[in-house]
Amino acid sequence: MSRVRRALQSDHVTGWAFAFPAVFLILLFGIVPIAWSAVLSFQKTNLLAPPVWVGLRNYEALTRDPLFLDSVIHTLVFTAFYVPFSVAGGLLVAIALNRKIRGIRFYRTAVIVPLVASTIATSIMFLWLFDPHFGLVNWLFEQVGLGPFGFFESADLALPSIVAVAVWGSIGFNVIIYMAALQGIPNELLEAAEIDGAGRWSIFRKIVLPLLGPATLFLVVWSTINALQLFDQVYFLTRGGPGTSTFVVVYYLFDLAFHKGLAGYGAAIAYALFVVILVLTIVQLWVGKKTVYYAS
Amino acid sequence: MTNLHPDPAREPAQIELPAERRFPFSPWHPVLLPIALVMLIPMIWMVVTSFETISEARRFPPVLVPSSIQWQNYLDVLQDAPFIRWFINSTIVTTASVASNLLFCSLAGYAFARIPFFGRDAVFVLILVTLMVPFQVVMIPVFLIVKQAGLIDTLGGLILPNLAGAFGVFLLRQFFRSLPVELEEAAMIDGASRIGVLFKIVLPLSGPVLATLGVITFMWTWNDFLWPLITIYSSDNMTLQLGLTTFQGRHQASTNLLMAANMMTVLPTLILFFLAQRYFIRGIATTGLKG
Repeated sequence: MSRVRRALQSDHVTGWAFAFPAVFLILLFGIVPIAWSAVLSFQKTNLLAPPVWVGLRNYEALTRDPLFLDSVIHTLVFTAFYVPFSVAGGLLVAIALNRKIRGIRFYRTAVIVPLVASTIATSIMFLWLFDPHFGLVNWLFEQVGLGPFGFFESADLALPSIVAVAVWGSIGFNVIIYMAALQGIPNELLEAAEIDGAGRWSIFRKIVLPLLGPATLFLVVWSTINALQLFDQVYFLTRGGPGTSTFVVVYYLFDLAFHKGLAGYGAAIAYALFVVILVLTIVQLWVGKKTVYYAS
Repeated sequence: MTNLHPDPAREPAQIELPAERRFPFSPWHPVLLPIALVMLIPMIWMVVTSFETISEARRFPPVLVPSSIQWQNYLDVLQDAPFIRWFINSTIVTTASVASNLLFCSLAGYAFARIPFFGRDAVFVLILVTLMVPFQVVMIPVFLIVKQAGLIDTLGGLILPNLAGAFGVFLLRQFFRSLPVELEEAAMIDGASRIGVLFKIVLPLSGPVLATLGVITFMWTWNDFLWPLITIYSSDNMTLQLGLTTFQGRHQASTNLLMAANMMTVLPTLILFFLAQRYFIRGIATTGLKG
């Protein structure tokens, strides 16, 4: 009896008993699917009928699929605009907000509050703001003699418009991270530089910016990963259109797996995306190690 | 160390030197006011339109101030679509996810922080790996697992994959490790069990970090769209986000109703934000620490 009791009190049993529910769920919905995705990507399956093994054919098909290549290009274009706008924009706004003046709480709240709106709610707001006939934005453009524009109805403007929606909805995140990083810069450092006669611009460039390096690195990685996963706004605002001008990778893989019954092919795309995200993250972290200055 | 939240007691680092007092107000107001307007106008315009009549809403140039407040729009939305049902569904899914994340992540976070058990470090690394894997990459197998469990088109199917997250385990482990271990040791010498230590000593000291995890989980679950889109087919089981898209599909021309509907889905998160702003901001600042 006492042996059972001792076993129950041992750290191994207690530790596993505590950790088990969360570990089980996280492995089941996080690790198992990674392996399963790999298996699916070698199959032809519509998720209903028994799957057929097709080897590498899904991956071969990917390289010859014009819509997939289009989706990749649109995703990269989106990322190339979204990341600089949200990271650099986040930095500028955070710097503007990092001071003690009257009403600063109002300004901070205004910048952060769009974060709590869902991507769908955000998309509905912008669909209305950018409405080709009655939209507020077209009315503003009319004041300066431009437009009207059909933002989401034009093959040229749809993707840039989605960039605007995505930046508006997520820039508050970057601002919060940058503000936290700015608060962490010791005042003495800036005062010392000031006493030494450094100008504002050189203080910013030589002291502040390097100290923000870790935050910048994190935000670039984070925003890139998010940009590569763009889905909600595309699904809601354009369904990949007009034509295929806003088809992006995740929208395409969703369409294949859940509308067209090509889940194996979709899984191959998912896996390619996974590898790209992994490689990008590693490269960015590696570049960061070489160039980013960590204070501690 | 884990607290990057702006501390009111501490002087924020001023990057720019104080401007000469030529203006009666800070020269930063002309910079900050336009930024604030750009961020607020989409929401303000949603509120304004939600109170307009349909003929006011669909007029060009736009009617900036409605002639009277049309509360009726909100009632029309509630009558036209099962919004209350969707609201209840979202509330059930979100509450269940928040509660189970708080419980399971506390237990696991404590085990990873304090209890040396077999395989602990290897399992923890696996958990960190899942933090790097976006949901979009694994959604097809996750769908199949939930389908195997017979939970497609049920609220249970929405809840199951969100019962415990790697972020919560990581966040709480880091916090628990920062607590002084002497308190726990003293309690254990007095004969307290691990579970007693966790619930009577550790968790009562962890209010802010639990609030942070709760708020972040709430926002994430309430606003999630892709998973409900894949899992749910019938209107009765939809969440607000999913229901809203079907509502939009049927009421494209009734902009005022659509904005009222949108307002109703945003309002709960707005209220929570204003009640728990510090925890929300702290949660995001903590995310940055992973980098």
